[in-house]
Amino acid sequence: MTADPNPAQTSPQPAPGRPLVEITNVDKHFGEFHALKDITLTVHHGEVVVVIGPSGSGKSTLCRTINRLETIDNGTITIDGKVLPEEGAQLAQLRSDVGMVFQSFNLFAHKTILENVTLGPIKVRKLGKADADALAMDLLTRVGVEHQAQKFPAQLSGGQQQRVAIARALAMKPKVMLFDEPTSALDPEMINEVLDVMVELAQDGMTMVVVTHEMGFARKAANRVAFMADGEIVEVAEPETFFTAPRSERAKDFLSKILTH
Amino acid sequence: MTQLFLSGTWGTLRLFLLTLVGCLVLGTILAAMRVSPTPVLRVTAHTYVNVVRNTPLTLVMFFCVFGLPYLDIRFAESAGLNSMILATIALIAYTACFVAETLRSGIATVPVGQAEAARAIGLTFGQTLSTVVLPQAVRTVIPPLGSVIIAMLKNTSIASAFNNRELMSAMRNAIELRGDLVITILLATAVVYLVLALILGRVFDLLEKKLVILR
Repeated sequence: MTADPNPAQTSPQPAPGRPLVEITNVDKHFGEFHALKDITLTVHHGEVVVVIGPSGSGKSTLCRTINRLETIDNGTITIDGKVLPEEGAQLAQLRSDVGMVFQSFNLFAHKTILENVTLGPIKVRKLGKADADALAMDLLTRVGVEHQAQKFPAQLSGGQQQRVAIARALAMKPKVMLFDEPTSALDPEMINEVLDVMVELAQDGMTMVVVTHEMGFARKAANRVAFMADGEIVEVAEPETFFTAPRSERAKDFLSKILTH
Repeated sequence: MTQLFLSGTWGTLRLFLLTLVGCLVLGTILAAMRVSPTPVLRVTAHTYVNVVRNTPLTLVMFFCVFGLPYLDIRFAESAGLNSMILATIALIAYTACFVAETLRSGIATVPVGQAEAARAIGLTFGQTLSTVVLPQAVRTVIPPLGSVIIAMLKNTSIASAFNNRELMSAMRNAIELRGDLVITILLATAVVYLVLALILGRVFDLLEKKLVILR
């Protein structure tokens, strides 16, 4: 199930470069449950890979293993050529290069929006407060929540909170961004404001791994779609190919269930 | 007589303030150890809390006041100051367990996702704890922490049995001087504790209001 070595041929995106995230033969168990089965997937510089599949298929787990929020039992994961280190300062260092956006936003409830974004740059990148504030305001403006900078997370709508979470991740100037179902906890009318930011990010050339149910986003922004079921990557294809002519039975079944409405 | 009570109250306050700082520091360290990813630290803190928390304070004080000098550990030349320091150590060692357990219950209320988000932007375990988890944990446990601190204030009275000048020893001296006023003296002592504890309660009420977190 190795990734297509040259997905750029018919891709709407610029040609992806060298490998950035390499997941090789990864296995993961939760007790008896085999959550990830021999997963191999390579994400190249500048590439957007959308991971879809039924719930419980392991897509979120896969996403979380990439910055070691979940440990793995077997296999290797490398980021920009470096193998994920064990717990400790090196892991923290590596995580700072991997942005992550969660389903439930996870903004720091006791800090203002601005402080949420500046915390990482100040504590990890050792930026001065003025520089960090300037950087944060730039990013908050980019995601359209600059007027909320002095508020607390609970005062913002879900869509605004998620855009702040994206800004918080971007403030670390990450090499790759992971999105773990970023729109699943949002009210329908707020989904697009978040997806718009993500599409823009993809067009700017950010490397992204996106676990989502938003097929529109996959069509618009993805270079490749990875379809997971029962802990395996069943199929990897370009979005048009995948949605119009899926090869596997399970993908056909999944698509028929979600595309009937 | 008033002089006696004033110096007694000062003695109690001094014990209280020193213990307050000490037990908050040690309690935070113990709580951090109990949630750390290192098993050795977790087990150490767990054992310490279980042993000391389940020992009567009087016994802890016996250990400190008689045990430590027996091991040739002294902190001051003057016997009075030495007794005060030893009693403070006992109070800190004992109260820190309750502070640690209270904080730990607060840590459990901070959504795991926030700690994950902190780790995901590259904060270390210590930074995650000190900048994201503990500030929120402290705010949620201010009411029970208030109870722990008020209990500690009253526990300073046990130090009177170990050569310390504070309210209880002042009360005993006063009764020796004026046995006819025993009821008055007992009530006066109770009132001083009551006033100190009420002030403390008020401080915690204010902290609770000031540090509320929107969720």
